[in-house]
Amino acid sequence: MEALDQFLAMGGYARYVWPAFGLAVIVLGGLSIESVVTYKKRQRELAAVEKLRR
Amino acid sequence: MFRLANPNRFMQWSGKLLPVSAIATALLIGVGTYLALFVAPADYQQGDAVRIMYVHVPSAWMASFVYAVIAVSSAVALIWRHPLADIAARESAPLGAGFTLLCLVTGSLWGEPMWGTWWVWDARLTSVLVLFFLYLGYMALVNAFDDPTRGAKAGAILALVGAVNLPIIKFSVDWWNTLHQPSSVFRIGGPTIAASMLWPLLIMAVGFTLFFVTLLLLRMRSALMAAKLRAIRLQLSEA
Repeated sequence: MEALDQFLAMGGYARYVWPAFGLAVIVLGGLSIESVVTYKKRQRELAAVEKLRR
Repeated sequence: MFRLANPNRFMQWSGKLLPVSAIATALLIGVGTYLALFVAPADYQQGDAVRIMYVHVPSAWMASFVYAVIAVSSAVALIWRHPLADIAARESAPLGAGFTLLCLVTGSLWGEPMWGTWWVWDARLTSVLVLFFLYLGYMALVNAFDDPTRGAKAGAILALVGAVNLPIIKFSVDWWNTLHQPSSVFRIGGPTIAASMLWPLLIMAVGFTLFFVTLLLLRMRSALMAAKLRAIRLQLSEA
C-alpha cells in the first residue's frame, strides 16, 4: 500500500503529472473512438445502400 | 506511389495494414507509458515532474509533423489534383489539433512547477499556440464551403501559407531568448539526454507516430466510403 501511495504521489508532483497523462488518455482515446464510430457508421450505411441498389 | 494512391488500391492495402498498425500502436504506447511511469528515473533536478516529458515531447513533435503532412498533401492536391491528397490533408487536421492541444496543456502543467508559471508569451509557446489556431482555422475553412472541392482548395492554400510557422517553431528556441529549453534530442553533436530517458521517449514517439498513421488510414477509409455513398445516392435519385 505504501509503495502505491508513494507511486501515486509522484514525488510531490502528482497534481501536474496525473492530469498530463489523463489528458493524453482523453485526447488520444477521444480521437480513436470518434474515428472508429464514424467508420462503423459509414460501413453500415454503405451496406444498406448497396442492398437497395440490387 | 501514385499507383498505391488509387482509391480502390488504397482501400485494399490500407485494410490489410490497419489491424497490424493498430496492434503495434497499442503495444508501443503501452510499453512506452509503462517505461515512462515505472522504469525511467526521476530527474535529479525536476524529480518526478520530468515524466510529463514522455507525453509533452512526442505530442510536440507530432504537432509539427502532422502539419507538415497537411502542407505536403495540400501541395500534391494543388499541383496534381489527386483526390486522396485532399482527403489525407483534411483527415489529418483533427489529429494534429489534438496533438497540439495535448502539447500546450502538458507544457503548461510542466511549466508551473518548473518555471513558476503556466504560460509565458515567448517565441516557442506563442508559435505553437499559433499552430493550434492554424489547425482550427484550417478545419473551419475546409468545412465552410458547400462545394467540398472549393473548400479543399481554400484549405490547401491556407495550409501552405501557414507552413512558414514550422521553421519558426523549430528554431524559436535558438533565435530568441526564451524560457523554453532548446532541443536535447535532435541536435548537432547528438542527444544530451540520458539513455534511460531517451529510450522511453523514443518508444512513445514511435507509438504516437503509429497512432497518427493508424487513425489517418481509418479516417481516410471513412472519407472514401462517404464519397462512394454520395455517388450511389445521386445515382439512385436519378434512376
